[in-house]
Amino acid sequence: MYFGDATAHAAILGIAISLVLSTNIFIGVLAVTLIMAFIVSSLTGRGYAMDTLLGVMAHSALAVGLVAVSFIKGADIDLHDYLFGDISAVTTTDLTIIWLGALVVLALVKWRWSALLTATLNEDLAHASGINPKREQLILTLALAVVIAVAIKITGILLITAMLIIPAATARPFSRTPEAMALLATLIGAFSAFVGIEASHIWDTPTGPTIVCVTALLFVISNVVRLTRQTG
Amino acid sequence: MPILSKGRTSTTLLSVENLTVKLGGHTALTDINMSINKGEIVTIVGPNGSGKSTLLCAIVGAVKSTKGTIKKAPALRIGYVPQKLHIDATLPMTVARFMRLPNQHDTATVNETLGLVGLYDIEGQQMTTLSGGQFQRVLLARAILHKPDLLILDEATQGLDQLGSATFYRLIETLRSKLGCAILMVSHELHVVMSASDRVICLNGHVCCHGTPDIVASTPEYRALFGTGTQGALALYRHDHNHSHDHDACDHTHHEKA
Repeated sequence: MYFGDATAHAAILGIAISLVLSTNIFIGVLAVTLIMAFIVSSLTGRGYAMDTLLGVMAHSALAVGLVAVSFIKGADIDLHDYLFGDISAVTTTDLTIIWLGALVVLALVKWRWSALLTATLNEDLAHASGINPKREQLILTLALAVVIAVAIKITGILLITAMLIIPAATARPFSRTPEAMALLATLIGAFSAFVGIEASHIWDTPTGPTIVCVTALLFVISNVVRLTRQTG
Repeated sequence: MPILSKGRTSTTLLSVENLTVKLGGHTALTDINMSINKGEIVTIVGPNGSGKSTLLCAIVGAVKSTKGTIKKAPALRIGYVPQKLHIDATLPMTVARFMRLPNQHDTATVNETLGLVGLYDIEGQQMTTLSGGQFQRVLLARAILHKPDLLILDEATQGLDQLGSATFYRLIETLRSKLGCAILMVSHELHVVMSASDRVICLNGHVCCHGTPDIVASTPEYRALFGTGTQGALALYRHDHNHSHDHDACDHTHHEKA
């Protein structure tokens, strides 16, 4: 899941590029995240450790992105909005893109699910079943790139990984199969977003962080339940 | 007129020809020739670092061959039991779900196959809660679920005690007669292997010697690698793969004559 972090950091470069070309930020971010996904999956297994590779790429892209943004003259941009997300800035066009992105990822994951799961579990096992684990890994990274590109305006660069990890971790104690966990994590994520948005309206707090706070709270509750079940 | 003795047709399932595999500059396998026939149990023995796992990986397709070919019979179904499989605790996985990776099978078939390896009422359990022996049996059951023509096992008894591994090998023999599949396995446990195999291939980067267990056991190459008598199994563990042979025969391509 470190890939999520790395890609999100690289997204700032995508934002800078979009501002320079004055295109929709989805296009810039998607382009950069997809390029990241391709580079990472083609360089791993060639003498580079995945973590090193991601660390180098993520932070270089972040630094280059920040420098690039500072060069844009007169650009009235608040980086804060991209770092932490600003749901009030989301337009109808954005919503369409988010839904399209979600459908693409859903279709991709549903189509490759079994192969993805086998390849994640064990590469040799995948090979023996006629599955190419490198291809599945690429598909997974591409799906992640799309998720990050469409979600960045809502959750922001710094918190996006939280929404990738925390709902899944919250679902884990109540799941017996990977499918159950995926479904439950989706529900928890959606519920957190709903509650988070409402709460941020009531208390006038930043929306992205509020959503993450709700998920984190659910995570704590889920693990308290798990621990009491174990000891009880 | 073809003369074929009924019931013992030797159809070649898989043949490896002049296979050389280089892994990151290091030559793991040199000029390997071997084949497996229908219903045969073939065991690969050899010291650590002799390329046993690499050979299986090449056959399975997980490692690319640098030179040579691996010919498979058309529509050959391979079942594979890996050396070790770690299932992360963050991934929930019941036995029943694991059995269906990546292909769907109905519950009756899954339970029947688990029964074949001696596991009952286990399908609802999480994989991470199984004992070492149970885990290996589930791996085995998953590999035979789609009725393979060839079952490949890579040191499948690692982590099992002597009794556990002896039981496991007996189970494999039973499965061979029940399913009629050929078996290719890598093993450390010479004493078990020598009694259970039809053919043994002694590997040390190249094929040192091969043949029926008693023939292989009597070759100087085998003795140079593993010693003689019952201490053979122990000698294996102490073996250094940068060995020098007493008879110096292993370093040549003598296997071509065999």
